[in-house]
Amino acid sequence: MTALLIRNGHLIDPAAGVDGPRDILLKDGRVVEISAAGKLKPTNGTESLDATGLTVAPGLIDIHVHLREPGQGYKETIATGTAAAAAGGFTAVAAMPNTSPVNDSAEITRWMLAPERGAHVRVYPIAAATRGSKGESINDFAALKSAGAVAVTDDGHPILKDSIMRETLVAATRVGLSVIQHAEDTRMTQGASMNAGPTAFKLGLRGMPPEAESSLVERDIRLVTELRDARTHLHVAHTSTAAAMAAVRQARRNGLRVTCEVAPHHFLLTEEHIGFYNTNAKMNPPLRSAADRDAMIEGILDGIVDAIATDHAPHATHEKEVEFENAPNGITGLETALGLCLRWLHKEWKLPLGRVLSLLSAQPAALLGLKGRGTLAVGSFADVVVFDPKVEWIYRAKETHSKAHNTPFDGWTMQGKVRWTISEGRVAYASA
Amino acid sequence: MTAAATVTPVRRQLHPPPVAASPSPYNEGSLLSVQDLTLDAVSHLLARASALETMDPLVRDRILLKRRVALLFYESSTRTRTSFELAAKSLGADTTLISNLSSSIEKGETLKDTGLTLRALGAEAIILRHNSSGAAWLLEEVTRLPVLNAGDGMHEHPTQALLDLRTILAHVRPGVEAVAQDTLAGVTVTIVGDILHSRVARSNMLLLPRLGARVVFCGPPQFLPELATGAGPGISIERDFDTALQQSQVVMMLRIQAERLAGQQIDLEQYKASYQLTGQRLAAHAPSALVMHPGPIIRGLELTAGVADGSQSVILEQVTNGVAIRMAVVERALAEAHTKAGRS
Repeated sequence: MTALLIRNGHLIDPAAGVDGPRDILLKDGRVVEISAAGKLKPTNGTESLDATGLTVAPGLIDIHVHLREPGQGYKETIATGTAAAAAGGFTAVAAMPNTSPVNDSAEITRWMLAPERGAHVRVYPIAAATRGSKGESINDFAALKSAGAVAVTDDGHPILKDSIMRETLVAATRVGLSVIQHAEDTRMTQGASMNAGPTAFKLGLRGMPPEAESSLVERDIRLVTELRDARTHLHVAHTSTAAAMAAVRQARRNGLRVTCEVAPHHFLLTEEHIGFYNTNAKMNPPLRSAADRDAMIEGILDGIVDAIATDHAPHATHEKEVEFENAPNGITGLETALGLCLRWLHKEWKLPLGRVLSLLSAQPAALLGLKGRGTLAVGSFADVVVFDPKVEWIYRAKETHSKAHNTPFDGWTMQGKVRWTISEGRVAYASA
Repeated sequence: MTAAATVTPVRRQLHPPPVAASPSPYNEGSLLSVQDLTLDAVSHLLARASALETMDPLVRDRILLKRRVALLFYESSTRTRTSFELAAKSLGADTTLISNLSSSIEKGETLKDTGLTLRALGAEAIILRHNSSGAAWLLEEVTRLPVLNAGDGMHEHPTQALLDLRTILAHVRPGVEAVAQDTLAGVTVTIVGDILHSRVARSNMLLLPRLGARVVFCGPPQFLPELATGAGPGISIERDFDTALQQSQVVMMLRIQAERLAGQQIDLEQYKASYQLTGQRLAAHAPSALVMHPGPIIRGLELTAGVADGSQSVILEQVTNGVAIRMAVVERALAEAHTKAGRS
C-alpha cells in the first residue's frame, strides 16, 4: 500500500493531547510518524496532501447509524451510507440491527462486514440483544462478538421486561459488550408521532410523553445498580429529555458506568420546528420542548454527554411524502453533523474545538472500545479527517451521497468544510 | 422533591437556531387553518357570505361558471360535504366527489397521487376532509392548488369556526360583519366534551380569542388534558359544567368521537351525569345562552332532545350559515389571482 503524507496541517488529537502544526505520515493503513510541520518530506511512492490552513483530526466516529442493509436497500445501502459518512468526515460508523431480517446472528453480522458490501469507511455492526428484537429471548453474545459486533441493542424495540433487560446486562457484561438502550416505554407512546405537550395538542397529534424515555432510563439504571458489577456498561442512545439527562447525571455521580449520546437535532431543534407537519422533522425520540433541548446543550457543555451520534435514519422520499402520522421516523445526519457541531457547539456556544472533536471521535471510540480508533497516535489506524474550520457553506440535501434526502437541515448554514476523509490510509472522500 | 430540583438550571443565555416561518399556504386561495386569515380577511369573508346568500341565484350562478371543484372525502360527512357542494354549485361551479370508499384510494393510492390525479383531471381547487391531522398541508404542498381544509383529523376545521362565528355574531352582535380584536370582548364561549379529539374546538380556540372572546373548555381530563390551556391565549379550563355555564353567553356541545378514542374506555352514564346539557341545567345556569353544536348530534348523550329542539338552540342555523360561509370561501379560493398564478 502506498504511503500518504499530510503536510502542514494543524493537528488536533484530543486523546493524544496534541494541538499544533504537524506533518503526519500514513502507511499500510496506520499512522507511522508524526513530526513538526515541514519536517517530513515526501519520498518516492508517497502521495502528499497539502493541509496548510486546515485542521487535521482523527476521523469522526458515529456510534448510531442505520445503514438499512440487509433488506432495505431502497432506503440506503452500506455503500451509500458509508459514502455519506465519508463525505461528513466519518471514518467509522456503528450500524444498528433493525434491518430486515434483524441482525441477530453472527451470519448477518459477517454478511454486513463482507468486502462485497463496498463500505467506504469502517463499519461496526451492533447486534440485536434478543431474537428478532422481540424482547423475549437473548442472543448468543459471544458468537456475535467474535463475528464483529461491538455492542447489543434492540434499538427501536426497547427491552421492556425487567427480567430480559437484566439478563441482557449480565450476559453482555460477561463477554465484554456494551448494552445500548433506545429508552422508550412503548406502552406510553402508542399511536403517537411527536412530543406530548401543548404543541401536539395544537397540531391534533398524539404525543409521546417525556416520561416514556426517562422512566425507562431510570429503570435501566436501577438494574445496573442492582447488578453491582463495575464492568457493566449501559449506554443510553439519543437522549432527548431533561429528565433522562438528569438520571444519567445522577448515575455518573453514583459511579456507575452509564454513558449517553445526543443527536444534533436534539440539541438544536424543538417540537416547534415541525411547523405544519414537516415529516423531515419526525423522528423517534421526537423533537422535544425548548427546556429539553437546552438540557441537551447543557449536558454537552458540562461533559455529561459522552458522544454526539447522528441516528442517521434514511428513508425513501415517497415514504416521507405522506400524512405526518403515517410517515416513518428518522432523519439523515452523517453529512451535517460536523458542520452543525462546529457552527453551534463551537462557534455559538464556545465549546473548544478539541472537545467538539473528542465528542465526535475519541469519546465514542472509548465508549465502544474501538481499539486504535479515535486518535492519531503512532500505531493507530490511519483514519483522518482534514477540514477547513473557517469555511461556512450551505447544506443541500439534493447533493447528498446518501440515497435519502430526509433532513430538516436542508438549506442550513454549516461551518467547517471537509477537504479529505482518509479511511485506513485510503482517501475515502475528497471535496471538489 | 419538585421536578425543578432534578433539572440543572441553564447557566448561560443560549441562542438556539430560530424556527423558520412556515412556507404554507403556498396558494393564496387556500384555507388550511383559521390562522391563515387576518381579521380583515375574516371580515371580508363574513361580508361576502351575506352578499352571496342574498344574491339573485341566476346572477350568483355566473361567478364561478363551469369552474371545477373536487371534493375529496376520506371520512363520512353530511353537513360539511353537502354544504360545500351546494355552495360551489350555487356559484355555478362543477363539482365532483371522490370518497375513500369508492375510488382508487381503496387500492392504496396515496394522498399525493390522488391529488395530482385530480389536478390532471382539471380540478382547480380541492376541498379535503381527511382522518389525519395535517393532511391538507400535504395535499397543498404537492398540488399547489387552492386547498380548503374541510377537517383534518383532530386538528382543524376552519370553515366550521367561521360559520360558528357568523352564528354567534348574529345573536350577540347583530349587524356586525367587520370584526376587530374587541368585537367579542365580554363574550365567553364554553366548549364542552371531547376537546382532545375535536377539530371544531381547535379551530374555534384559534379564532374566537383573536376577537376578544374568552374560550372556556369543559370536560373530563380524559378528553381535556390540562396542557390545553398552553395552546394559545384566551383559553382556560373549567371542569365543573354548571360553573362554566354560569359564565357563558355561548355554549358549544361536542360529540364524543368514538372513531378517535383509540381504545380508550368511557363510562357514558357518568359522562352524562357530569356533562350532558339538559333543560334543567340550562334553565338553572344559562337561561339566555346560545346552544350550539357542530353536528352530528347524538340526542340523549351530550345533550337532551329537548335542548336540541329548544328555543336557545341555534344548531340548524349553524348548518344554514355553513352554506353561506362556504360560498365565500370557495369564491375566495377560485379568485382569478390565485389560480392564474399557476405555481407549481
